[in-house]
Amino acid sequence: MPDTSTGTGAPAAISRDELAHLADLARIDLSDAELDHLAPQLSVILESVASINGVASDEIPPTSHALPLTNVFRDDVVRPGLTAQEALSGAPEVAQQRFKVPRILGDEQ
Amino acid sequence: MTTDRRTASEIADALAAGETTSVAVTQSHLDRIAEVDGAVHAFLQVDAEGALRDAASADERRAAGTPASALDGVPIAVKDVIATRGLPTTCGSRILEGWVPPYDATVVARLRAAGLPILGKTNMDEFAMGSSTEHSAYGPTHNPWDLTRIPGGSGGGSAAAVAAYEAPLALGTDTGGSIRQPGAVTGTVGVKPTYGGVSRYGLVALANSLDQAGPVTRTVLDAALLHEIIGGHDPLDSTSIEQPMPALVEAALRGAEGDLTGVRIGVVTELGGEGYQAGVLARFRESVELLTKAGAEVIEVSCPHFVHALATYYLILPAEASSNLARFDAMRYGLRVTPDGDPSAEDVMRATREAGFGDEVKRRIILGTYALSSGYYDAYYGQAQKVRTLISRDFDAAFERADVLVSPTAPTTAFPLGEKIDDPLAMYLNDLATIPANLSGVPGISVPSGLADEDGLPAGVQILAPALKDDRVYRVGAALEALLAREWGGRLLDQAPELKGATA
Repeated sequence: MPDTSTGTGAPAAISRDELAHLADLARIDLSDAELDHLAPQLSVILESVASINGVASDEIPPTSHALPLTNVFRDDVVRPGLTAQEALSGAPEVAQQRFKVPRILGDEQ
Repeated sequence: MTTDRRTASEIADALAAGETTSVAVTQSHLDRIAEVDGAVHAFLQVDAEGALRDAASADERRAAGTPASALDGVPIAVKDVIATRGLPTTCGSRILEGWVPPYDATVVARLRAAGLPILGKTNMDEFAMGSSTEHSAYGPTHNPWDLTRIPGGSGGGSAAAVAAYEAPLALGTDTGGSIRQPGAVTGTVGVKPTYGGVSRYGLVALANSLDQAGPVTRTVLDAALLHEIIGGHDPLDSTSIEQPMPALVEAALRGAEGDLTGVRIGVVTELGGEGYQAGVLARFRESVELLTKAGAEVIEVSCPHFVHALATYYLILPAEASSNLARFDAMRYGLRVTPDGDPSAEDVMRATREAGFGDEVKRRIILGTYALSSGYYDAYYGQAQKVRTLISRDFDAAFERADVLVSPTAPTTAFPLGEKIDDPLAMYLNDLATIPANLSGVPGISVPSGLADEDGLPAGVQILAPALKDDRVYRVGAALEALLAREWGGRLLDQAPELKGATA
């Protein structure tokens, strides 16, 4: 973890290249115009939110949820669910009562 | 054509007394929608046929003396982020255009079981990301007080629908203020219940740890009536609270008597002052004065970490949203864009998400992807989770000294459409005062506080209570509403300009 001694922890800017990489991780194609438009906006937001660095000391426990969560169990009783037709009703493409998807392997694989 | 300005509670009384029918009430609201929604654009979808069919059933139950609930037959509008079986649910996004859910959200199932005809689905910022409803892929909603201004967001459609008398009731969702802030800027009432108090099953998730559905109404009593119908434990939501709700309607009725003797009210130092419009602060101070006159003991409380709430929220929310919105992968539902050639599933996904998501959604998904990425996780998301703890501790300390906390709901009145659309940080500031409640799960209400002197537009007061003590926001909210109504000689909405049958 690049937790630097300055306490800022991470650079508060996103370069155009970095944005392209993040968009790739997020599975969103971005046009050149969008990269130009979004990169400076994200840097401004990041700079602003980076202000929380150093606010909480190490011994403060993190909160992931508003109220404490406990695992919830129920009896394993069969209940009516969606029919196959209902489950497939919004699918872009269907074949043989299944979701039909494009190929999942690339040429190199 | 006469506009039905009655509250839900008044309509329910008229139905119970046999003075009107649900079909007549539902039809008059459908007529109002036809008359003004071209100009307001609160609705993305109107279901006249379904609403009238359910209204007829409600009338049969009333005639048989077996109403399903106190609100049986009172029509309602539902925010488009909530799944409605058989009725398109788009979340204001192109990626879900035309999607018809095969199931009902629990809150919708409860509305149906209670006999409320669903008029249609209301406009919202795409996937509830925004404070102005301008991020809807289907065009903005207009504030009924001034059609050139924003109605708040993300639930601007629900708030505008009740403000414009298109519906007596609506459902909203509040992740950082999306029920309360639109309430403030449209002169209506909005409640964010305790986290877990109302089921999230069937809400298209924005940020699971923050999202909460709640009532959007014109009066505090109506909100309590609706809250009692939609609230309570749901086994389909693992974060649902498994204990009885407090008596909310009773609290609202008691509050309306206007006596707050013995109630300790804390004014939060950090939620006021710099960045808040003078007219909003003036109305807030007057409201606090009225509460004092009603017998409440008012003190000032400091919540020092609230100044970090906005930054905390804009790390936690994008992190959760980027994970949640990964489900829009063009495989099981929604839009699929297939690029030329022999594209792989990933190519299709990328092209679909490019075409199907708007700017704000892309910004937040990418910000979340960044905040969760290896190397930055501790510096951003990890820090935000710790500050979240500190904000909750501030609430704990404040609630030791006060029964409820108060602040202005939003820092400004409604701003002109287009003013902040491409300035994300300026837009985020609208939620300054509402976000802390979401981070720590406490309930909150926004009640109209009057019109700001600068622009004659509505402002709101926010009342927050400890988790599970939702009855307190209803009691104090109803008291303030009653005290202000005495000053004004009616409701704030009575001062709204008449909407003519303008069609855009």
